[in-house]
Amino acid sequence: MEAPRIGLLRLQKWKTPMKPMIEARSLSKRYGEVIALDGLDLSVPEGTILGLLGPNGAGKTTAVSILTTLLVPDSGTATVAGADILASPREVRKNIGLSGQYAAVDEHLTGFENLDMIARLYHLGRQRSKSRARELLERFDLADAADRPVKTYSGGMRRRLDLAGALVAEAPVLFLDEPTTGLDPRSRTELWSIVRELVNQGRTCLLTTQYMEEADQLADDILVIDHGHEIAHGTADELKMMVGGERIALSLQSDASMDDARAVLIRYSVGELHVQGRSVTAPISGGAATLTEVLRALDSEGVKLRDVGLRRPTLDDVFLSLTGRVARTDDEETDISEQGVALEEAS
Amino acid sequence: MDNIKFALADGVVIAKRNVIKIKRVPELLVSVLISPIIFVLLFAYVFGSSIEIQGGSYREFLISGIFAMNLTFSATLTGAGLAEDMQKGIIDRFRSLPMSRSAVVFGRTGSDVIYNVLSLIIMSITGFVVGWRIHNGLGKAILGFGLLLLFAYAMSWIMAYVGLLVPSPEVVSNASFMVIFPLSFIANTFVPAENLPTPLRVFAEWNPVSSVTQASREFFGNIPIGTPDPTAWPLQNPAVYTVIWVAIIIAIFAPLAVRRYKLAPTKS
Repeated sequence: MEAPRIGLLRLQKWKTPMKPMIEARSLSKRYGEVIALDGLDLSVPEGTILGLLGPNGAGKTTAVSILTTLLVPDSGTATVAGADILASPREVRKNIGLSGQYAAVDEHLTGFENLDMIARLYHLGRQRSKSRARELLERFDLADAADRPVKTYSGGMRRRLDLAGALVAEAPVLFLDEPTTGLDPRSRTELWSIVRELVNQGRTCLLTTQYMEEADQLADDILVIDHGHEIAHGTADELKMMVGGERIALSLQSDASMDDARAVLIRYSVGELHVQGRSVTAPISGGAATLTEVLRALDSEGVKLRDVGLRRPTLDDVFLSLTGRVARTDDEETDISEQGVALEEAS
Repeated sequence: MDNIKFALADGVVIAKRNVIKIKRVPELLVSVLISPIIFVLLFAYVFGSSIEIQGGSYREFLISGIFAMNLTFSATLTGAGLAEDMQKGIIDRFRSLPMSRSAVVFGRTGSDVIYNVLSLIIMSITGFVVGWRIHNGLGKAILGFGLLLLFAYAMSWIMAYVGLLVPSPEVVSNASFMVIFPLSFIANTFVPAENLPTPLRVFAEWNPVSSVTQASREFFGNIPIGTPDPTAWPLQNPAVYTVIWVAIIIAIFAPLAVRRYKLAPTKS
């Protein structure tokens, strides 16, 4: 069970409101019968990260493709760094860096050759391109591998190189499309700290992710989308408030004591109990003091626990309660009860 | 002016990248260069043993046909290369950069000329070994090689467009096989066109693969002595006819390929 996580690692920023660097109004896009985007609005102030959160097929990549001029929307308008994506796409391209879901680097080229090529295509000039490539390889801890073909790189190294590619021209606006999907936890944490640093330097970033934790860790503002439109919007804390406060989560040693456990929990709970196998969660108020009382009561009833914890709602809970599905699934139709188990075990 | 400068510079950057790839994946280069050798040897010794050409040697007659056929086939590399870039998502990266919108396709067709030059050299050497000779002097021979390369460049543009249309490199090879095989066989590449049944003969006479073959035979001096003059206009003026085709193909397919590059669906 997850320990209470209050303001863990979250960088507090006190920033004066700035002009939006990315602004989109009612973007729509359909592919035949499939509606990929259905009137999406978004706005990202300068120097902040917007987390675009949603399951596979929610429209995240379509939104990024449109904002980076790879795709033309059916309707709607957008500006990036003040330039209209439809009227002056070239201006937009000068001001953006894109790092894709699938690490779009050339695996036959070396790390250096990849970055040098990208720099040349941003028209940095021959000398500047070379030095910029070396600089970035150094900074992303790839200097030792700089002259090896990318196909010898690990997944994490590729992602770092891909991200470095997005930074070549020091573009003020970054689009990171699921930058950590498929990465191991260590590489993921590494990438997060790089992204934080970039934004602390004043860059603006739109980040798409299926990982609630990622949005929670990085984003100043979170836009939850599903089926191509907004279903919730706010800071991580605001979104968590929407699904209520803290809860006790416990799992029992045997099924037999479930009725006793429920009887105790009902006395302290401020909402409905959620039972899943031998696990129960109960919304409470009063935090650790309540938890202590509950434990005493359970002990006097002779209920043996396997695990117990006080849990704040995660963004997973937010997503689950908003859509009836968890975000992190490859199977869109998996029903809630099955996912509920997976969720409990994961947390 | 700046636009043209950037378009050229960007095209060179892309071409350079493709050349690095040729060096890093020598397997591809080897297969590209070995197949011409096999074709020359197979046709020279298998067909050459039973096909008699009045007033000349079949092997000398054959080589220009092999040149034309191989260069037509090697255009598939252009398509496969672009399809692979699409599949791997690199095209998405390029399209998000403030680079020229025509650089990726121009860079690709440009760098693939290297394959064609190398395979022409290999075929010429193999041809020389089996008895092919240039009879009309170096100047005309250079014209012959130039025309072959020009024709190959035009074919590259067709396949560039196809490569950007299809979902994977394998589809390019399969799709092009259906077109390129008949195109390079219903021609005067391996046998004189006059002996074909009428519908095939007419097709062969107007087929640009025939005209480029005919033109290079003339430039290299490989037309057997006593061969009656061709009756069809394209074969009477093979170089002009080939250049017209090259111009038409590039005029149609270069803009189509660039447009397709701009609008190509993103990877996911």
